[in-house]
Formats: sequence, structure tokens, C-alpha cells
Amino acid sequence: MNNVLKQKSWSPYVAGSAAGILLCLSVLIAGKYMGASTTFVRSAGLIEKIFAYERVAKMDYFVKTKVRIDWQWMFVVGIFFGSLLASRISRDFVATAVPPTWEKRFGPEKVRRWTAAFTGGTIAMFGARLTGGCPSGHGLSGLSQLAVSGYISLICFFLAGIGMARILYGGTKGR
Amino acid sequence: MNILIWGFITGIIFGFLLQKGQVLRYDKQLGALCLKDFIIVKFMLSTVLVAMVGIYLLHDFGLVELKLKPTVLAANIMGSLIFGAGWGLLGYCPGTAVGALGEGRWDSLFGIIGMLCGAAIYVELYPALKTNVLAWGKFGKITLPEILGISHWIVISGLIIVSCSLFYWFEKKGL
Repeated sequence: MNNVLKQKSWSPYVAGSAAGILLCLSVLIAGKYMGASTTFVRSAGLIEKIFAYERVAKMDYFVKTKVRIDWQWMFVVGIFFGSLLASRISRDFVATAVPPTWEKRFGPEKVRRWTAAFTGGTIAMFGARLTGGCPSGHGLSGLSQLAVSGYISLICFFLAGIGMARILYGGTKGR
Repeated sequence: MNILIWGFITGIIFGFLLQKGQVLRYDKQLGALCLKDFIIVKFMLSTVLVAMVGIYLLHDFGLVELKLKPTVLAANIMGSLIFGAGWGLLGYCPGTAVGALGEGRWDSLFGIIGMLCGAAIYVELYPALKTNVLAWGKFGKITLPEILGISHWIVISGLIIVSCSLFYWFEKKGL
């Protein structure tokens, strides 16, 4: 058991199937489906509340989706600690500022990567909120429930993602 | 037990599995979007196959409820295409960005800050979007078996066959 936990990686089929069992148990025990993007809106609300409490309380979106710490908020925080734990046990934790694939294509300048990450994050979350979910909520939970919204969303996530990857990496054959 | 604690525990296990499955990497996410390395697709589909069978079995026995996200064509398609473009640039989705930070990939931190900004922008624009994009093509909470008019087990069997064929092809081609 100890050896298994210390392994740097598990087959994605095994780790993925285990996540599937986890999702079933979560629905059975807590009645909760996995998701992540609503947490970012709630967190943005929590931060905005510090500066403009009255304003946040009146905003349409926050009337519909209350600014509070809920199951999903704790779930997302848990992901951070779970990953930290797993990478520490297997000594796989390495502080990396620029991903290798990015560096090969765009060079080692940190600011360039961080700007792209920030911009990408802003665009992605706006889109995720518009469609009502991310690859966890629409992807894992939506597909598992055979939701039409999940299948439409996941197909569009990949279509646009592949398009963006082509723009960024299109000219690099044999990379 | 407190629902928040369940969220935290579920998150820790999920984060652990994501890290072991090696899906928390920019390089793996872009690998899939460049159609060169499908590890994230293998993980995701494995989760979905297991969860789909589990959730519908539990549902048939009346033990769990489905929580479907509504299908709104305009919002689902536009939002997901916007998400995909941002995802291609950031290289992490909301859940994996948090997990990536846990294993030391701190370029994801800028993505997370961007996502908080994207969420805040969405909240500002929500009153304006509510009456148009979020209202076009509303079909409510629908599932694939409902619109096809067949048993969910037929749809599930079909999806299992398609996914396993994909897995076979990935392994054969070494993708």
C-alpha cells in the first residue's frame, strides 16, 4: 500500500475510475455532484464584499447564488491539499514557474507565461459561468448524468481549445 | 457529518487522484488539445464511465437524485467556446488549476487570479445577459435518453462502446 502511494503516477484509467467511484459515493452520501467554477464566483463575491458589502448584497447574480462557503468551496480547497499531499508523498512536488511545453515554444520569460495564464483564466471563467459549468460540473458530472447541456458543453470546450492550441502551437511540427 | 467536511474530504481524495493521474499539467492538457497525448481524456472518460453506471444504478433504486444543469443552447455553445479558448491559453481548467498549484506549478496561480476576475466580470454583466443569451434556446433539464426516447441503459452501453474503442485506438497509436 505504501509503495502504491509513493508511485509517481498511476494509470489514468485506474485513477480516473477511482474518481468515478468517488463521484458516486459523494452523490450517495452527501447528495453532491462535483463542480468547481461556481466557487470562483463565490470567492470573487467574498473578496468584493470586503470593499463594497452593500453593493454585493444587491447584485442580481449574488441574490441567485449566495456568497457563502459551501460544499463545493471546500471541495475545491480540498483539491489543492490532495494534490499537495500526493506530490509530497511521491516527492513529485517541484516548484515550476513556466511549463516545459510553453518554454520550448515561447521561451523562459516568466512574465509572458503569467500574462497568458491570467488572460486565459479570465476568458475561461467568463465562458464557464456563461455556459453554467466547467470540465468538472459539465464534464464529469454532466456527462455521467447524460445531461444534454454537458455533452454540448464538453464538445465546444474541446473544439475551441483545439482551435486555440492550433493558433499557439500550429507551426511547430514534430514537437 | 457536516456537509463542509464532506466537501473537503472529497476534494482531498479527488486532488490526490488528479495528481496521480498526471492530469494537473499544462503539458498534458495542451497535449490533448494538440491531439498528441490523450491522458486527460483517458482520465476523464474513465471517471465518466464508472460514475455513469454507478449513478444510474443508484438512481434506478431510488437512492440518489439527478441534479441536471439546464440546457440553454446559446449560453451553452457560446459560453463553452469562450471557455475553450481561455482554457487553451491557460492550459488548466478551474479544478486542475487549483490542483496544479498544489503540486508546485505556480503559473496556475495567475490563472486562478484571472479566473476570479473573469467571475467578477461575469457577475457585472449578468443582469444584461439574463434576458438574451441566457434565455435563447432554453430546453430545461433534459437528458440524452429523454430526447432520444430510449432507455438510459442503451445510451450508457453505446457510450461505453464508443469510449472503449477510443481507449483501444489511443493505446494502439501510443497517444
